[in-house]
Amino acid sequence: MIEFNRFVLENGLRVLVHEDTATPMAVVNVMYDVGARDENPAKTGFAHLFEHLMFGGSKHIPDYDEPLQRAGGENNAYTTDDLTNYYCQLPAENIETAFWLESDRMLSLAFSKKSLEVQRKVVCEEFKEHYINKPYGDMWHKMRALAYQVHPYQWLTIGKELSHIEQVQLEDVKAFFFKHYRPVNAILVVAGNVKTNNIRRLAEKWFGDIPKAEKYVRHLPAEPLQTAARTMEVTADVPLDALMKTWHMDGRLHKGYYVADLITEILGGGSSSRLYQALVKEQQLFSDIQCYQLGSIDPGLLTIQGKLVKGVAMQHAEAAVNAVIQQLVEEPVSETELMKIKNRTESVIVFEDMALMNRANSLAYYELLGDANLINHELNRYHAVTIEDIRQGAQTIFKPENVNTLYYYSKAL
Amino acid sequence: MMNRTQQPSITEPIHLHLHLQPARHFTLDNGVLVYAVEAGAQEVVQLELVFHAGNWYEQKNIQAATTNFLLKNGTRTKNAFELNEHFEMYGAYLNRGCYHERASLSLHSLTKYLPQLLPAMSEILSESIFPEEELNIYRQNQKQRLAVNLKKADFVANRMIDAYLFGEQHPYGKYSNPADYDALTREDLLQFYAQYYLKGNCTIFIAGKLPANVEQLLNQFFGQLPLNGTALAKPNFSITPSAQKKYSVMNDANGVQAAIRLARSFPNRHHPDFLKAQLLNALFGGFFGSRLMSNIREDKGYTYGIHSFIQAHQQQSAWMVTTEAGRDVSRATIEETYKEMLALQKEPVTAEELSLIKNFMIGTLLGDVDGPFHIIERWKSYILNEMPADYFYTSIQTIKNTTGEELQVLAKKYLNPDDFYELEVI
Repeated sequence: MIEFNRFVLENGLRVLVHEDTATPMAVVNVMYDVGARDENPAKTGFAHLFEHLMFGGSKHIPDYDEPLQRAGGENNAYTTDDLTNYYCQLPAENIETAFWLESDRMLSLAFSKKSLEVQRKVVCEEFKEHYINKPYGDMWHKMRALAYQVHPYQWLTIGKELSHIEQVQLEDVKAFFFKHYRPVNAILVVAGNVKTNNIRRLAEKWFGDIPKAEKYVRHLPAEPLQTAARTMEVTADVPLDALMKTWHMDGRLHKGYYVADLITEILGGGSSSRLYQALVKEQQLFSDIQCYQLGSIDPGLLTIQGKLVKGVAMQHAEAAVNAVIQQLVEEPVSETELMKIKNRTESVIVFEDMALMNRANSLAYYELLGDANLINHELNRYHAVTIEDIRQGAQTIFKPENVNTLYYYSKAL
Repeated sequence: MMNRTQQPSITEPIHLHLHLQPARHFTLDNGVLVYAVEAGAQEVVQLELVFHAGNWYEQKNIQAATTNFLLKNGTRTKNAFELNEHFEMYGAYLNRGCYHERASLSLHSLTKYLPQLLPAMSEILSESIFPEEELNIYRQNQKQRLAVNLKKADFVANRMIDAYLFGEQHPYGKYSNPADYDALTREDLLQFYAQYYLKGNCTIFIAGKLPANVEQLLNQFFGQLPLNGTALAKPNFSITPSAQKKYSVMNDANGVQAAIRLARSFPNRHHPDFLKAQLLNALFGGFFGSRLMSNIREDKGYTYGIHSFIQAHQQQSAWMVTTEAGRDVSRATIEETYKEMLALQKEPVTAEELSLIKNFMIGTLLGDVDGPFHIIERWKSYILNEMPADYFYTSIQTIKNTTGEELQVLAKKYLNPDDFYELEVI
């Protein structure tokens, strides 16, 4: 059970406080309800580039990092398809420094030209490092474009192409900030060795006078139901053939999400999972194979991907994957197997909650989903999934017309 | 009205009192030492058995790592699937890791399941059989993995720089080749297992919410194994660094970035310069606000990240700079790195910068000794490296007391561009 107190400032900023006296530290987490899905299709990668610019100086503070480091703190941030999160951890005594820093950059950035010029380059290098200069690095770019025809999940957080990032102008940055980085679109979580009364006072003091502005309401195009299987073939300079398949699944708040998540565990969770056992160990068709989903808030993708053992034909490997799936569609899982994946899920949650930073981050995330208290019901939702739910879920997800397949061939062959 | 230009008053972390919860220790019937940290609110436990079974002890390349990896791929009564299923049934994670001197088998689980899991761990350490079929699958998949990794500039650079520093015959410098996998036999694994695990030299570390009968449990399942009976013969390896200093390698003609590694040898952690050098390293390239990051990422935008660190080897260490930079700015990145070395030699660090780095280090250290798993990791590092019991407090004193002049002396001693190996892999 993770306890927390919650209050809302007049400008709409939601504040959650999680007290934990066992630690000398405090975490300050600010989550903004904006991600890559909110981008203009002609200016992708922007939300993430913007995250970099949040460290380029704010209205009254030229440098974010230095004062925090002087207070013994460290920080980082990340951007996903759905949201942008900034967090820092520092000795609890010095927590006001985090309020000072975070509130000033919510009030207004400095919008420095130099920062934009440098961070454009830094992000381009990040793009190259992770997506271009790496074998198989473009698989997800291709798969997203294949699986999503209208929904903005069709591009990755890093952006569709380098040119989008290179073309960003300071005017774009300003407009984005005043549209999305307002208190009413943000959630502040403070966790650790703190007292709620004191946090309330600090929140009023530092964030209270930031203008409320208009709440951003997203109207994203829903991805239409896929009615025919899609495939794409790629040949690249890689040593091994690879196969990637995705199926549309329910969004984060639906019951079907939990079913799909448990299905990924049955198929790909751990070394006793079905795909690993059948295809890597018994049939030896793949040298590695994974099954996972990305936790997307809007309807996401259940994914299976693996690299083929050299000499194995693509059709043969794919047929073997389909056979494992078919078994799950046709035969009910055993009580024991369901118990195993639920136990694994429970373990993951308990271990994650050990770190103060994770607890702060999760509270912000569930608040963003609509109710921070979901954090304490998550396990029940998994436990409520039945054998019949899994069978029905598998039948819905693995419909033949719901699949997207990327055949990624080695040029060497 | 508050002043937004003014940082609120802080307690400088160097004035905080840091405390490292002691690890209690006890000895099992067979002489195996156990270090235990009881802490944390969650009902979880981390158990690690550390053996002298790293690649230092192997006769053939990758013998140690392969033995370690296949430990849980079959015992006399359970095949690999049954073993994995057993641990996963309880939501537990059984991991293994192989390093230069040591190798380990570790468990993360809910405390309540220890009685079901320890017997299987004990079985792994007494009855592993290394089936031929498992070795064949592993061999094939590792060779494929290696083929993929060899396409990555950073992977190639990491292998080569270690080979330059220590020599390809030294445990710190050698790396795997496809032929090594072909040459390895099941007998090699059984022999290594018998000598370094079955009758090996073991130390146990456990942390978390411990069961009341933890000593009895560990004694029952690990205290009766024939461990720690024979004195360990540690072979000697001499270091044979490469004579040539500068290398440029074309791994992929279409590469858009260069993996850059600059490195020089450095004493191990028992040397009096070691702790102070950690401070100089932080300043140079050891954290986000370092000179290298500020200049090469935050001012020039040549890279997504540039880092320096001191390797944690036991015999001899190395001081290393790593980055992936745009192909067209690779040379400029190297030149800027050298400039930063020279700047540290030329001017003593200002009082302000020094105080920042000290406060940052102490503040993050406070977070690093928070929670049972962090605490036991620190003790494990001290114990395995045979550091004095008060090392944690000595480190803090060193951070607090080191002066800018001392750091300048160290920079002159260790940060000479000519002493560094320079490697660029595209």
